[in-house]
Amino acid sequence: MKKHSILRVVAKILIPFVLLFALYVQFHGDFGPGGGFQAGVIFAAGIILYTLVFGLDTAREVCPKRVLECLVAGGLLLYGLVGTLGILLGDRFLDYSVLADHSGQHIGILLVELGVGVTVAAVVVSIFFVFVDRGRH
Amino acid sequence: MILLSLLVATAVAIILLRDLFAAVMLSGIFSLLSAGLFVVMDAVDVAFTEAAVGAGIATVLMLGTLTQTSTRERPAPRLDWSALVVVVLTGTALVIGTLDMPAYGDPTAPIHQHVAPAYIAQNVGKQSGRSETDDDDFQGHVPNMVTAILASYRGYDTLGELAVIFTAGVGVMLLLSGLPPTAGDTPETNPAESEAGVDA
Amino acid sequence: MGLFNYWTVIVLMMVGFYTVIARNNLIKTMIGLGIFQVSVFMLYISMGKIADGTAPIRVQPSAGHEAIYSNPLPHVLILTAIVVGVATTALGLALIIRIREAYGSIEEDEILEMDRNS
Repeated sequence: MKKHSILRVVAKILIPFVLLFALYVQFHGDFGPGGGFQAGVIFAAGIILYTLVFGLDTAREVCPKRVLECLVAGGLLLYGLVGTLGILLGDRFLDYSVLADHSGQHIGILLVELGVGVTVAAVVVSIFFVFVDRGRH
Repeated sequence: MILLSLLVATAVAIILLRDLFAAVMLSGIFSLLSAGLFVVMDAVDVAFTEAAVGAGIATVLMLGTLTQTSTRERPAPRLDWSALVVVVLTGTALVIGTLDMPAYGDPTAPIHQHVAPAYIAQNVGKQSGRSETDDDDFQGHVPNMVTAILASYRGYDTLGELAVIFTAGVGVMLLLSGLPPTAGDTPETNPAESEAGVDA
Repeated sequence: MGLFNYWTVIVLMMVGFYTVIARNNLIKTMIGLGIFQVSVFMLYISMGKIADGTAPIRVQPSAGHEAIYSNPLPHVLILTAIVVGVATTALGLALIIRIREAYGSIEEDEILEMDRNS
């Protein structure tokens, strides 16, 4: 679809705003609707739009396979580490109050939602890439 | 309500259509209409997720599948009577089950009385003898109650859900990353074809 | 009547259920499963709504009384269920692609026929 200049130009203008909106939804999940899952899906939708307009090979350069695989595992690992940190600091698994003096809950929720968002985005992008790759042969 | 009748019309149209491309598009519209219904019922987080996931990701993946399979359904026999009987019986049983439920929107329903007010006030886990300052757990309040419950009060469930997404991603990559069968191969004559392993 | 919403949702559920069990095409089955899942979510969310309530995001209490919030607990459960549903859909579609490559068709009766004959 690279030859269609309207699609190309509009996609180039819109995709940064989509990714920025995904980051906004991720970090404002405490104060408005949003959170990790929605942010991950919106981020993946931005990458999917880029793939549809510019082709799978260009998108593979932006998101190489190794990086996606590490991110898929990394988000889940972050969640587990936050939980285990609770045990190491003396309290129960996934107890956030011990992470900081007054705002332990906020920090815990922020880290946990970050892990969720990263894994969801990486998984959806990987699934889409694998679907498209299979169809090309 | 108008939204509900539109939803029923869309669902019936999905069954009757034979063109799979149109059916997938209608299922995306169905997800978007249900997201609108969720907003009317005050569930903004759920509407957000349903619109993004149902009308976005599921539709894209189904279109990706359609490019590799056919786009028209073979005409089915006109009406499957045994299936219709099963469906009508199940529906009747469900409707009889709902006759005991409280009316829609009733604030004195039992589910609003026990756990939910404690979560809304974010009082669970506050022990007055444990911390010097009053607001140790949840400094003030986390304004979005759904995020507070999801990430803190029900953190285990979210961990399990993340593991489910992880497993689904790994499963799809395992299923679709091998070598596709070359033209002219049948699965019996070429047993080593698509199990060639995941390419690095 | 206060139960009309629930009955409409049950009608939707049965439409999805019929699509799953009575259609041969596998992709139609997946779409029907999606309809079924969404109508189950609607049943739960409509149980959580409180009349004159608002979205469960805390606002500053005004005019001396607390605002009434709709019950957030069903929202949390359904959020998890939506995400699990899309995971299942993705896996099912990947399986459909593999079935198509192995059997050459995605109609259920043709696939069972090929299994019986081979």
